[in-house]
Parts: sequence; C-alpha cells; structure tokens
Amino acid sequence: MLEATGITVSFGRHRVLDGVSLSVRPGEVVGLAGPSGCGKSTLARVLALLLRPSAGTVGIDGRAVTRWRHRAPQRTSIGLIFQQPRLAVDPRFTLLEVITEPLRAARRPLDRATRLAEELGLTPELFVRRPHEVSDGQLQRACVARALALEPRYLICDEMTTMLDASTQAHLVARIEAYRERTGAGVLAISHDAELLDRWSGGNVQEWQPRPAEITG
Amino acid sequence: MNLRVDGLSVRFHIPGAVVHAVTDARFELRAGRCLAVVGESGCGKSVMAHALLGLLPGNATVSGHAWLGGSDDAIDLVAATEKVLARQVRGRMVGLVPQSPAAHLTPVRTARAQLAETLRELGRSETPDELAERAGLRPKDLDSYPHQLSGGMAQRVANALALAGDPPLILADEPTTGLDRPLVEATMTELRRLCDEGRTVLIITHDLRAAELVADDIAVMYASRIVELSEAGTFFAGPRHPYAKGLLDALPSRRFVPIPGQPPELTRLPDGCAFLPRCSWATQACDERPPWRRATATATVEGGATAETAAATVERVACHHA
Repeated sequence: MLEATGITVSFGRHRVLDGVSLSVRPGEVVGLAGPSGCGKSTLARVLALLLRPSAGTVGIDGRAVTRWRHRAPQRTSIGLIFQQPRLAVDPRFTLLEVITEPLRAARRPLDRATRLAEELGLTPELFVRRPHEVSDGQLQRACVARALALEPRYLICDEMTTMLDASTQAHLVARIEAYRERTGAGVLAISHDAELLDRWSGGNVQEWQPRPAEITG
Repeated sequence: MNLRVDGLSVRFHIPGAVVHAVTDARFELRAGRCLAVVGESGCGKSVMAHALLGLLPGNATVSGHAWLGGSDDAIDLVAATEKVLARQVRGRMVGLVPQSPAAHLTPVRTARAQLAETLRELGRSETPDELAERAGLRPKDLDSYPHQLSGGMAQRVANALALAGDPPLILADEPTTGLDRPLVEATMTELRRLCDEGRTVLIITHDLRAAELVADDIAVMYASRIVELSEAGTFFAGPRHPYAKGLLDALPSRRFVPIPGQPPELTRLPDGCAFLPRCSWATQACDERPPWRRATATATVEGGATAETAAATVERVACHHA
C-alpha cells in the first residue's frame, strides 16, 4: 500500500496541505478530484518522494520513507506522470532517449523501451524526434512509457490528460489500465475532471474542497 | 460583424519539408454566433486562429481569403498588410482571449497598468476601472500583480484586455486549458454573453465538453482540413464524419474508447482521405479525397424546414460515406 499520513506542506507562510492522509492499495484506482490550488499536485509530489513534507509520513508497502529526492532508494517503485509533458522532458533528448533514461539510470536492459513505445502508439519514425518536433499528445505518450519503464508498483497521474483531446485521453487511460491489470499496480489519478475520474476509478473518487481538508483512504 | 473564411491554407517551410498546417478551410460565421473549432493537438486549429491575426512566423505562407466585416467594407485578413493589421484589426476588430491568461500577462506590472496601457494605445476614453467592471472585476483587484491573481481573476483580466477596444470578433485560443471545471464553465458563460451581445465568437479548443457549453456551430478539424461543420445540436446528437464520431465516443461520459492509430504527419499527407487508415468505414472510394459537400439533412431538419432553416448554418462534411 502507498500510504500518506498526516502530511503537512508549507511554502513560506502559506500552508498548502494540513495533516492530509490518503492511501492507494495495490491493484486499485483512486481518483482525487478538486479545484485548482487545493494541493492535489503538492500531494502527488510528496507521494512520488520528490518533495519532503514538513510533517507526516509516507509508507510504501509497509516501509516508511526516510530519504527523499535523489537519495530515495524507493523512488523507482513510484511512477509519476505530469500535466505538461513539455516541461517534464529534457528538450535535448529524442523520444526514445526520454523512455530509456530511467532504464539507463537503473542499469536495466534498454530493449524494452522500444516495446513500450510501440504499446503507447509511437511509430519508429517518432523515436528519433525531439520534443519540439512532436505534438503534446505524442510527447505525453512518451512520458507514460517513461513512467512505466521501471514497472513501478504505484502510478501517480497528475492531470495527465488535461492538455489532450478525448481520443488520446481514452488511449492513455486504457494503456495504464492494461498495465494495472497485468502487474497489480496501484494508481492514483488526479484531475479536476470528476467525470473522467468517476469512469476511470469506477466511482472510487475523493473530492477535495478548496480548503485542504483531512481525508482518509 | 461577419467572418467569411474562404479557401484559407497555411504552409510552413522547414528544411527538407513543407508542413501542411491548414488546407482549404471554408466557413462563414455571422454576428451573434459562436463557432467552436475542435480537433486533437497538432491538427492545425491554432495555426488557423493565428493566421487570422497575422501572427504566424516568417516561414509560413498563407493563401486564400478571410473576409471580416460587412459585404461592402470587409477587410481580407490574409491580404492585409502588417500596418493595417496593427492599426485597424488587432484589438480593434479582433480581440484575442489567450491560452493560459496568467502567463499572458506581464508579470512585473499590475493589472491596472496593463489595462491602462492597452486603453491608451487603442485610443479609448474608458478608464481601467470601468473596463474592469464590465469584465466582472472590482477596481481594487486591478492593483494586484499577475501572480497575486487567482486563475479566474487572471482570466477576467485577460478578457478585459481582449475587450478593451470593443472588438466585434472575439478569438479564443484554447481558453480553458488547465482550468478546473467551475472556471471552464465561468469562462464559457462569459464567452456566451459576449456572443449574445452581438459579437462574433470563434473558439479553438480540444475540449468537446467546453465547446458543447457555448457553441452554436462546431467545426471538426483533422490533419489540416475541416472535415465536418454542423450546428452544435446536430453534432452532439450524432456527428456525421467518422472521426467526429470517434472523438465523441472517446469521452468518459460516452464509450471511453480511443480511435485506433494516430493522425498522419502534416508533412506527408495522403492524396486521398487522411482518416482512411483509422477508419472502419473505409472502402476503395476513400483513395480519392472526399469533396467538401453539403451534408444530407437529418430527420429533424427535414421535419422543421421553415424560414429559420434558411438562416441556419449550412452543414457540410468531407466523407464519401457520411
């Protein structure tokens, strides 16, 4: 289980999250809905071990997280997909390099990157393109492939499809669902689109109010 | 004020290739009506909007016409010189509601300073406070810098800037990207209000549900071409083009099933129908490009063929089988 307990995050004097708790069980899709600015993305960064909270704990499959960012050995158990793919990739990489980057960093065989790219609907001619040469939809496909490269046990999709058209959205959600069914990974789907979350998670949606409120999984 | 786009095409010349961004776009938009151009990212819809404002980069070639105005005093936005565009069109005849308003504003100046500058440059006698009030802002909100504004307030400041010159045509380029649902609804309500005041509104969006909230007409763009133009009611009840059907079917509220495959590269468009490889209706006929023809009337239109129908939008589709 991916579990956040009593998470508090402040930026300066502004408290963004105040004692928030949330958990995602393996094989489960949890939807998290709420308006802009309610702290959803901040929680996503905490759960992906990219941001150390000022109070509270994160546990992954029963083990409490003690190290964050680059020093976090458990970070590869969690995949994160961002809202804006253009801000989430190195502009100098080709799409295939974007997908192989986590494999290289973890010293895993690189050959599965091609298979992943094809599963996400990227054609070989796109592999050698750089981000500015592809559309938002194509770039987000590469970002999803990158997030799946190390077979994370939990996936966090933070407004993954807000920029995309309906067909690309349905395709990316279907790929993530196929991955979840194959590996039993847990998925946290964050969006302000309650209709999407409702359909994706089968009604397992938590609604956050504009003021961050205590919630439990 | 009417907008009549007639055979508008845009080509980008890049080393070793030509990007066919917009091909032979044709539609007419009358005052008081709102047209939403929908389609996936990279289909050319934003390029079309920028072409109307003369805001394309130097490697672009634009052909065709885009007549803005009455029947005798219309300006062709394609042929217009930069001087005409700068002094008569931008801000005065066409107001642009930008994508991500917070990023559109100058970060180091207050909202009031930006409104005041725009009003001064356009030669308007209104004060920023009066303009802000029309856009639903309180005068004291104008003392804020962009980073101090909430998303909704930034949107209103951007709207106020677009309205400063009282332009009869509003062009909104992805106005809802990144906004949450209540804000999407507020933005769309505002655009609808502008339309009901008699302005002409053209919205570029990938968000079908936002389009449904506000549009009178829907144009669907695929691989640089408009493939369907329908009244919104007809469109959401049952679109004609297979691509449009696929897009609607992909909505979470409908079947939530993607269209197989991916759109073609705009540098290598096929001679025939560009949707052919992804289409379940495809036959040999599709190797030839489908004409942009009048759509056969649906049952409802046939039943209610009155004087109103004559004034209604001419629905068109580019498909051999629709």
